[in-house]
Amino acid sequence: MEQLLEFQSVSKSYGKRTALRDVTLSIGPGRIVGLLGSNGSGKTTLMRIASGLTRPDSGTVRASGHEPGPVSKASVSFMPDKPVFESWMTVGDTLDFQRDFFADYDPGKASRMLDFMKLSRKDKASSLSKGMQERLQITLALSRRASLYLLDEPIGGVDPVSREHILNALMDFYEEDSTIVVSTHLVADMERIFDTVVMLKGGGVVLHEEVEQIRIDSGKSIDQLFKEVYAEC
Amino acid sequence: MTIEFDNNLPIYLQIMNYIKLQIVTGSLGPGDKIPSVRELASELKINPNTIQRTFQELEREGVAESRRGLGRFVTSEDEKIMSIKKEMASELLERFIGGMRELGFDSENIVKIVAESVDGGGREAGGTKRGTTA
Repeated sequence: MEQLLEFQSVSKSYGKRTALRDVTLSIGPGRIVGLLGSNGSGKTTLMRIASGLTRPDSGTVRASGHEPGPVSKASVSFMPDKPVFESWMTVGDTLDFQRDFFADYDPGKASRMLDFMKLSRKDKASSLSKGMQERLQITLALSRRASLYLLDEPIGGVDPVSREHILNALMDFYEEDSTIVVSTHLVADMERIFDTVVMLKGGGVVLHEEVEQIRIDSGKSIDQLFKEVYAEC
Repeated sequence: MTIEFDNNLPIYLQIMNYIKLQIVTGSLGPGDKIPSVRELASELKINPNTIQRTFQELEREGVAESRRGLGRFVTSEDEKIMSIKKEMASELLERFIGGMRELGFDSENIVKIVAESVDGGGREAGGTKRGTTA
């Protein structure tokens, strides 16, 4: 089966600091993958390279079958870890932008998600609380019928209620046969929605395994394993 | 449907046990339709592939069967349901007996305690225990 995300010996440095070190990775369709790592382990760099916002120094990348760029962006939906809207925008404006830029935007799905997230089109995006902004971000990302979703820290720094809402939305609104890659360090909250996890440490992949296999082999939760892997960090 | 999951154990096994329990207690009757992967994933907030695996295992064990285009159903074989019941009972017993042995009771005492407890309509366990060890 065709892979939705492929990294082949990908490296990236910012000055002297290595962000990604020889990353090789292959993720197929119909999966929810947890991209785990402590702060500075390379999660965001990997996401940005996959979505075409950053170019790798070396190695090859395929997202949804294409080199990251205009073609791949048509079927890859990326949610950055910081809000992307301008200060004058209402919630409705942000969705209109999404509609104008992406052919796979689904207005029906967007409306259902707005209701689900208790967001109103008239609200000013920049004056929403942090939790509501995260809800809007995830709404924007999932309002498209993409084949690959890249969500960078979707529940970072939000209250438990919004967290719950975002997790529920992920389970209710994901597209079958599409793949979602979610980066997080809040492993305990999210591990049940993953089928696979990739752990990054110091810019390299230290583990890529199915979560149920980890539980069977080690008798440990993913959260427990995560804490052991990053104990010295 | 609510399950308290333990993240240290494979989730698919926990869901299997939960569905079996529902079958044994009758909340899912013989021949009843089982929710779809999507429904259960969304309800339990569990990865759809994990749910898929649960169903595959249930089918492999003959507890559930899928009918093309109609969905998945609980087996209508009474024998199978009875054997699930026995299997669950023996798991309970094994755990109980293991726990009692760890507490230092021998076979004879375990039988005695169980018999007393059943006769006494479930008197407080602590009282019974003191009585037999004294």
